[in-house]
Formats: sequence, C-alpha cells, structure tokens
Amino acid sequence: MTHLTKDNWSHIIQPKNKWFEINFREIWEYKDLIFIFVKRDIVSTNKQTVLGPLWFFLAPLFTVFIYTFVFNGIAGISTDGIPAPLFYLAGTTLWNYFQSCFMATTTTFSSNASLFGKVYFPRLVSPISTVISNLLKFFIQFGMFLCLWSYYFYKGEVHLNITVLFFPILILLLAGISLGLGIIISSMTTKYRDLSYFISFGITLLMYVTPVIYPLSSIPVKFKFFIEYNPIAPIIEAFRYGFMGKGAFSLFDLGYSFIVMVVLLLVGIVLFNRTEKTFMDTV
Amino acid sequence: MNTLIKVENLSKQYRLGVVGTGTMRDDFTKWWSGVRGKENPLLKLGETNDRTIIGNSDYVWSLKDINFDVQQGDVLGIIGRNGAGKSTLLKILSRITAPTTGSVKIKGRVASLLEVGTGFHPELTGRENIYLNGAILGMKKNEITKKLDEIIQFSSVERYVDTPVKRYSSGMYVRLAFAVAAHLDPEILIIDEVLAVGDTEFQNKCLGKIKDISGEGRTVLFVSHNMGSVQNLCNRGILLNNGEVLFDGSSTDAVTAYVSSAINFNTSNYIEIQKEHKNSGVLSEIEVKSLELLEGFQYNQYATNDPMTLELALFGNQSIDDFRVAFGIYTLQEEGVASHFSDPKFSIKKGEIKKIRLKINHHQLAKGQYYFNFAIGKGNEETGVREFDLVMKTLFFEISYTDVDHSKGIVMWDKQGWGSINLQNVEAIEM
Repeated sequence: MTHLTKDNWSHIIQPKNKWFEINFREIWEYKDLIFIFVKRDIVSTNKQTVLGPLWFFLAPLFTVFIYTFVFNGIAGISTDGIPAPLFYLAGTTLWNYFQSCFMATTTTFSSNASLFGKVYFPRLVSPISTVISNLLKFFIQFGMFLCLWSYYFYKGEVHLNITVLFFPILILLLAGISLGLGIIISSMTTKYRDLSYFISFGITLLMYVTPVIYPLSSIPVKFKFFIEYNPIAPIIEAFRYGFMGKGAFSLFDLGYSFIVMVVLLLVGIVLFNRTEKTFMDTV
Repeated sequence: MNTLIKVENLSKQYRLGVVGTGTMRDDFTKWWSGVRGKENPLLKLGETNDRTIIGNSDYVWSLKDINFDVQQGDVLGIIGRNGAGKSTLLKILSRITAPTTGSVKIKGRVASLLEVGTGFHPELTGRENIYLNGAILGMKKNEITKKLDEIIQFSSVERYVDTPVKRYSSGMYVRLAFAVAAHLDPEILIIDEVLAVGDTEFQNKCLGKIKDISGEGRTVLFVSHNMGSVQNLCNRGILLNNGEVLFDGSSTDAVTAYVSSAINFNTSNYIEIQKEHKNSGVLSEIEVKSLELLEGFQYNQYATNDPMTLELALFGNQSIDDFRVAFGIYTLQEEGVASHFSDPKFSIKKGEIKKIRLKINHHQLAKGQYYFNFAIGKGNEETGVREFDLVMKTLFFEISYTDVDHSKGIVMWDKQGWGSINLQNVEAIEM
C-alpha cells in the first residue's frame, strides 16, 4: 500500500463535476465490467425461450415480410430497383440497431436505479455496454442479410460497390449517434419524465423521415431537405449503395453525420456527467 | 498516522415531497441565482432532519456540517437512530450521490457493500453471477478467476454453482453474495448492516472475515444497528443524530452515548414496573409487576411481518374474576396508533402471581418507533371501563425491517403522509 502516501488523494468527492471532467481512464479500468454486462444481456435475453437466438431472426423476418406486403405490394412504394425483401431487410437491420440502442440507453438511469443506488462504477459503462451488446444482435441480423444478399448477388440482381469498405464506419456512426442521443434523453428524463412519453412515438416518427421503407431517390425535391437534415439517412443510403449499388453515397453527407455524432456525444457526456452525481435523489 | 478519508463540512440537502411543477420553479430559482453569480437561496432553507417534528420547509438537511478523519487501519462504526443520516453518509462516501456542499477526500480503492448481491441477475448461474457481482464491485476479471475456487468454497454452495440463482433459497443467495464481497481486496471497505442476514453460523463467519480484513491493516467503515457487533469489531465510533455528529470517540463510548441519547426510547426488553410508570388514579387491586417483550430482535426491533409476543406478570392484591387486559400502541409523539381489549376471561387470587402472554400476530405497523401502555381492568370501549392498574410508556420497540430475517431495512416511510399503519391485508381487484 505504498501509494497511500501523504496527500495523494485518489478521489475527491465534491458537489459537482467540472463541465468536461470525464474520467476515460476510469471507464477503461472497468472494461471487464462492460464485457460482463454485454455477456449478461446476451445470455439473459434468451434464457427460458424454446427458440432461443432464433428470435433474433424471426422478428426482422416477419417485419420484412409485412413491409414487402404493405409498402411494396399494396402501397407500391419504389425500392429503387432492388429486390423488395433485400431492400427492406437492409433498412430494418440498420434501423433496428439504431432503435434498440437508442431505446435502451434512454432508460439508463431509470432502469438501473436499484443498481446505481447501491454501488459506484462509472455510469457510462451501462450505456456503452448496451450499445455493444446490441451490436452482437445486429451482426446476427446482418448475417441473415448477407445470406439473402448472396442469393440475389448470385442471380446478378445486385452488385457491390467499393464503398462497401465504409461499412464499419457506418456502424460506428450509428452506434455513436444512438449512444449520444440516448444518454442526452436519459439525463433529461431522470427528474422530469414528460420527455419519455414523447420518445416512444417520436422514434416511430423518426423512422418515417429516415429512408428505411423508401429510397431517398423517391422523395420529391420539396420534402428532401427534411430527410437531408436527418443524420441517419446518409448512413442507410451509403449502406445500400455499398452492398446493392443503388442509393446515394456522399462523403459530404457522411461528414455531416459524423459532426452530428461528435456534437451529440459531447453534449450527451456533459449532461450525463452532471446527472449521474445526483440522480439518485430525484429518480 | 495516515489519513485515508477526510470529510470536510459535508452537508446534504434533500427536497421532500413529490417531483412536480413546483420542483421546476425551484430549479429555475437555483439556475437564475447561478447565472447572476449569487449563492443559491434554497441552501438557506431547510431545517435539521428531526423526523419527529413537523417541518415548515420543503427542504431538509439530511447531513449538516459533518467533519471527521479516518486513519489507515481504523474500524469505524457509524451508529444512530433511523433517519440520523447514516445511509446518506454512506451513499456519499460510496459515490452514489453527491453532497450538496463540502467534500470528501479519499485515498485508495474503496469497495462498498450497501447491499448483498448487488446486480445479481436471477437468470444467470451462480458462477456467472460471481463474475457479474465481482465486476460491479470493482474487481478485474482475472482477479475473480484467481479467487473463484476460494469464493465458491467460502459460500458453501458448490453443488448449485451452475444453477440459476433464481432457484436458490434466500440463504444460499446471501451466502454466495457475501462470499464475493468478502474476497474484494479494497483498502477501504464500507459495509451497511449486511451482517444482519443469514443464520448465526454464517453471521459469525462474516464477522470473522471482517475481523481478518481489519487485522490486515485495512480500513473499515461499518454501519449497524447491532451495538454488540459495533463494540466487538470497531475501535472507533461515530454517533450521528439528526444529521450531525453527536459523538466521535471509542466505539464503546459511542455505543453508550447512543443508548443514553435515546432518552425516550428505552431499549430493554424486560421492565420491572416502578412508581414512575404508574397512573396514580388507580387502586391497584391488581398490580402489573413486570413486562417483557419476547422474541424481539436486538434492541426490540421487529420486521413488518414479525409476530410480537409480550408477557405480563400480574400480582393480585385482591381476588378478582373476569378481568381483561388492554393495551395501546403509541408513537413517540404520544399519538395513539392502535389498541386492543382482550375478552374478560382472566381471574386472579389474592397473593397470586399470574403471567399473561399477548401475541400480536399481524401488527401492520409501519416503520418507526413505538411504545406500549397497558390497562388491567373491566369493561371495554362499549361498556365503559374501570381500571385496576395502568402502566404508561413502557416497552419501546422499533419496526425497522421488511423481512423476517432482518436483511432488508425499510428505506423510508413518510409518517406524516402515510400514517402509522401499513395495511397488509388489502385486495386490489380489476373488475
């Protein structure tokens, strides 16, 4: 215990953190906890289900089936020449990842209240592990997408683009935006719950201004700016462009998404940091 | 001497009541004074946290200007009545909530055990939960792997270690949880009442482990209602009262100060009736000689579901038939909470000593401190009464747990708003 020498305080507990006082080293020290949380999430979701991980496939499969039937079959919305099931599967795979990360991180404080009330660890560990554990679910769905994609690729109905190499960056962007947005909302809803009512239908509204069930190209020019301000739109479009050759790929738009992500993360971390110290008194 | 914890002018203010629109107005006041660079006016509000007095302010100081140092190797017991600020202090020291003003400086790795089994996931197996719980408490994965066998052995649940913990009995659950906690290697260990769980054998094991930890020169902060273990384990004690440090010194002196600070609250479970308990208006045809609370937990504490048993020893100055025993339960503010009149079925001969047992099977009392009054006589609330003996303000007791094995303390019960009876036998049915 040689480090316990004079005035070498390891923590100072004070009323408030400074604005940008975030201890990344501490979060790194708790990396084992992040992975154990990820493991917990994955293992516990499928306990006591007969079909187990199969549910990760079934849910998007039904969604795609319904979308193909309703939006393509009945409403006749264009899929940009891409086979409809593949088009919808691409959109929903990415959107599901965003939505599940976002929805889970917005309740960070309220759903972990009993844990946070008993023990200290850097609170950001929770939302970070949520984003990672959802990543694994995402890859299962993405594997399903690849299977369907190979089928159409083999038939020659879709073709690859070199921009497919951007795929990991697209996922990081999605993860970052959902994490940033999620922790902002979670910090704002600890004391006043009003916002959480808005979130549940807000996320549905957000999906409709994101090119999930329609291609960006099918949007009339006068509505386009709505969607161009949506930082998720370029990500989904770039994904489709990379894998299926249809869609839009623009470094400028992705740069915009990146800037939005950075801003959201910074604001989120500042708010989260301020909230985590006293939320136990108000939750 | 090496100071590991330095607490300076620590205060914590809480807002009472529910979060609503008024909260927003206060938040605005706070923000506006901050913008103008002035002191937050709400900090001037608030009063000492004496829950026995009806307050005027929405704000209350749960801790006020606490100062103390903890040296390396200290085993510090923190004692005080419910609501004295012990839990708030532990929460601040464990970094769960921030103080309103003041600061705490800490040297070294802190592990706090405010609950056993924090974060246990019912669907995961014992082994998986060891990793989960250990990591939550701040252990690294390889540290846990190294100690895994030792932990499993200490918990003595080897057979069930690959079974989901939701199938565990509550005893096994607690054993496993404490085993993980006992194998933490912190420089400072903060413990809240966890010893009040499990059977005696296991409790002794835990106490032994804590003794070992403190023997290794580690620093332990220990909050407990159990004066015996505070005296046993700790070399130093701090007595909190209404958010302030009332006493700081050796643990034995602190316990003495605690017992005598509870002026109204007498913790003995056996009382021989003296003159001061008597009401002078009675003729004492029958006399109450002694009163005893049986089966009470230490210092007359009960859980919300515990049955309570008392025994009265009566002495007959005359022979009397068909008398009854009545008692009332009162809060320390001398407000009546409940009463009972027994059937008039007792009789006593002159010179005889008669023992009568009263068993309260389902008391429904809320968290708090209470006392009994007794009346030996004839008649009831319908017929009018005649008393042979009245005994006032004896046998104090406290409801402080929600469960029978005294592991779950009741966090809060707002008596002003919620009353003294916590109705248990209520059915809510959707039609």
